[in-house]
Amino acid sequence: MTQQSKRIEVTLETLLDSVGLAEEICLRIADAAGFDEDDCHKIGMSVREGVINACKYGNQMQREKKIYLSFDLTPRRIVIHILDQGPGFDLVDVPDPLAEENLLKTSGRGIFLMRAFMDEFAVRRGTAGGAELVMAKHFRANPNGDSGTRAAQTREE
Amino acid sequence: MTFRATPRETAGATVVDISGHITLGEGSAGLREMVRDLLTKGQKKIVLNLGDVSYIDSSGIGELVSGYTTVKNQGGELKLLHLTRKVHDLLQITKLFTVFDVHTDERVALSSFN
Repeated sequence: MTQQSKRIEVTLETLLDSVGLAEEICLRIADAAGFDEDDCHKIGMSVREGVINACKYGNQMQREKKIYLSFDLTPRRIVIHILDQGPGFDLVDVPDPLAEENLLKTSGRGIFLMRAFMDEFAVRRGTAGGAELVMAKHFRANPNGDSGTRAAQTREE
Repeated sequence: MTFRATPRETAGATVVDISGHITLGEGSAGLREMVRDLLTKGQKKIVLNLGDVSYIDSSGIGELVSGYTTVKNQGGELKLLHLTRKVHDLLQITKLFTVFDVHTDERVALSSFN
């Protein structure tokens, strides 16, 4: 982490209530950092989908298992990690929800939405097991070439 | 935001005015129960008015798909009305916009039933 970056860590229980809580925390962080309404919506929804994924498919709704959520805020982007205590998975094994045969399936769109809404997205194995979703959203550059974000401006003052 | 679904019968069909969020938990379950209840009552021409739905997640999308296929499998039709921009965009990127019969005018939606 550089001197200009900030890190916020949250540990969540495996509960459906954690989904809304994670999204609310994320929205506050993204808004305070200076992301616009559209980007806040995309980042918030990605965290929501990531935590749903961790609850349902990772920790399989076992309350005693934890979900570790972290936000790294730098002048250029926000990086979000969502780590569960499940068996882990590989992206290549996730069915494409846009494929004809999957179009009318009632689930399986969460990963797709995270990839669509974030600028960077990856899945890796946590060091102690589990699946770790890593996603990032970049601040939109302003005409001056810098990030122009509230967070960056604050640090420059 | 609290999910609310209010059905009203008109022109031989049922328009369900929905407001709030259709997300994992209350919203998705509420929509599922509403569609199930209408089908139990024999109402198979259904328009979901989503004009006041401010937020929908992947679970909500799944519930819309479930409602669509359940109604269709029982010989009925489920149509969508007044999508907000966010819901419209979600259906676009998930390629579901072409699956659902989407309308911007209630009268047109009602007259489009077979």
